[in-house]
Amino acid sequence: MTKHKIASLPFAVWMLIFTILPLGMVIWFAFTDSKGTFTFDNILKIADFSETFLISILLGALATLICLVMAYPVAFIISRTGERVQQTLVMLTMMPMWMNFLLRTYAWMSILEDKGFINQFLGLLGMEPIHMINTRFAVVVGMVYNFLPFMIIPLYSVMVKIDKSIIEAAEDLGSNGFQVFRRILLPLSAPGIVTGITMVFVPAVSTFVISKLLGGGKEWLIGDFIENYFIGTAKDYNIGSALSLVLMVLILLCMAVTGLVDRDEEKGGIGG
Amino acid sequence: MKKILLAGMCAVMAAVTLASCSGGNKNDIWDWESEPKAEGRGVTLNVYNWGEYISDGSEGSLDVNAAFTHITGIDVNYKMFDTNESMYALISAGAADYDVIIPSDYMIGKMANEGLLAELNFDNIPNFKYIDPQFRNMSYDPENKYTVPYLWGTVCIFYNKTMVDEADLDQGWDLLWNEKYSGNILMFDNQRDAFAIALKKLGYSMNTTNKAELDEAAAELKKQKPLLQGYVMDQIYDKMGNDEAALGPYYAGDASIMATENENIGFLIPEEGTNKFVDAMCIPKSSEHKAEAEEYINFMCRTEIALANADFVCYATPHTEAKKLLDPEISENPIYYPSNEVLDKAELFIAYPDEINKYMDSLWMDLKK
Repeated sequence: MTKHKIASLPFAVWMLIFTILPLGMVIWFAFTDSKGTFTFDNILKIADFSETFLISILLGALATLICLVMAYPVAFIISRTGERVQQTLVMLTMMPMWMNFLLRTYAWMSILEDKGFINQFLGLLGMEPIHMINTRFAVVVGMVYNFLPFMIIPLYSVMVKIDKSIIEAAEDLGSNGFQVFRRILLPLSAPGIVTGITMVFVPAVSTFVISKLLGGGKEWLIGDFIENYFIGTAKDYNIGSALSLVLMVLILLCMAVTGLVDRDEEKGGIGG
Repeated sequence: MKKILLAGMCAVMAAVTLASCSGGNKNDIWDWESEPKAEGRGVTLNVYNWGEYISDGSEGSLDVNAAFTHITGIDVNYKMFDTNESMYALISAGAADYDVIIPSDYMIGKMANEGLLAELNFDNIPNFKYIDPQFRNMSYDPENKYTVPYLWGTVCIFYNKTMVDEADLDQGWDLLWNEKYSGNILMFDNQRDAFAIALKKLGYSMNTTNKAELDEAAAELKKQKPLLQGYVMDQIYDKMGNDEAALGPYYAGDASIMATENENIGFLIPEEGTNKFVDAMCIPKSSEHKAEAEEYINFMCRTEIALANADFVCYATPHTEAKKLLDPEISENPIYYPSNEVLDKAELFIAYPDEINKYMDSLWMDLKK
């Protein structure tokens, strides 16, 4: 027992310095003014940003949903291939992340522009150009592209542990494809789904830069405002912290809802 | 997919490498490698400058920092920022120990007021004598205690000659509000620059502290927003380069990048007057190597070095000797070195009091909601 405790000490110290302490500072700043006196003003000012919060959460949720729908079959297919192929496919999934995030988002700007790659291609086919850049659509595309690997990897690591014989057994007993998915795969991969959603939703909701590069900077997301309060022109740690705090609470609420759904899912899967 | 990414990367890299404004021969400016190599002094200077804002050895240019280390034996740890504000956030929080920083005018004024800058010992900077008197004792540093100007420039409108009617070019800043170009107009994604243009359009000073005038400017920006393709900074190279947008304001010194990206790009400085900016070298009070930092500033004012920088970056140099030696294609080009008539009408940003800063912040963020 004590051995375990000693082994976890470095992590505990790390958590204390880099997670607990900064979190405490965020809370401190959120509830004080520039002179350090206690106030609720910062939190009350958040009301001005309610629409931005709503849009950020909606776009983040949409991106997460698209990631989930796209990643689920991919992760399943990867998990059913041979070991060698699996390694290669996982590496290919991760590969875009070796390139700088900004550079990748810049590339998407060139892809989605009115005279960008997609529209040039459509032009070759004699089709009308589609306006995509500087819209919410482009922002969601940027989120999906940047965060997709964070959905595939956790799903894959759970699915690869699902015993092939369980699926075969279900099929032998007469389950059709949908039933196998609904009653075997889904419940068994639920932990991966929850992890994936967390890993995509959290950065997507709080993202900045994507909205500036792909959204044309006309409609900032909550991450852009927070950035502006910390390292932008409007340097104000107090309001910035209040925004961060409210964002954290909202994300926790969203995660709690996902967690509940997940538990129901598991119950339904096993019981029914 | 990978091909597309690669193409995207190439586009970005092309923008970077084309940054030099005249081709080749730059190593001829000064063959510093044949000078005696100084012994290492065990000191590392932390230098903080704008991105793409020094002759760095790429494209056969003179590598200023390497030359400095070679000649003086002082190592340089060179870092870059992209906005005055992000630089200020780091320095004012005490989060970094920089020895030489190169912010712009209004930010220098603000930092000097807040006591963040060290007074320079000009005995250590004899090359200051080369600095054009026109650029000494500027409003941001009236007694010239804290700064040595590095490069300066103006804001101009870049336009695509195939997309903008020549007849519209005399509209001045109103051109950026012209509904004819709706969806093809770009605007600064930087509140001070954006407000300056709206204020000038209305005929006010870009340094106004009158809140009613700022409100009017904000209303102009709100009116402009639906006409805009987007608010951009660096992305303007890509957007103008690919005929994606018809016009937008930016720093005149970047005209060379624009022109290499797209030969159809023209430049104009509106009649109403524009913003003139000066970026100057200063030493933060927290520097522990002030003497060496002054040595660096002095080195930057050597004629060869000032010439190499002015030639590579293309922003205007306040260094009298370097300007004389500069390729006349640059030094006589009114976009890089505007006429006195233009400069007389141009305004330098003055540091705003905190209250006005906060007020502008809130107007700007309102615009972005």
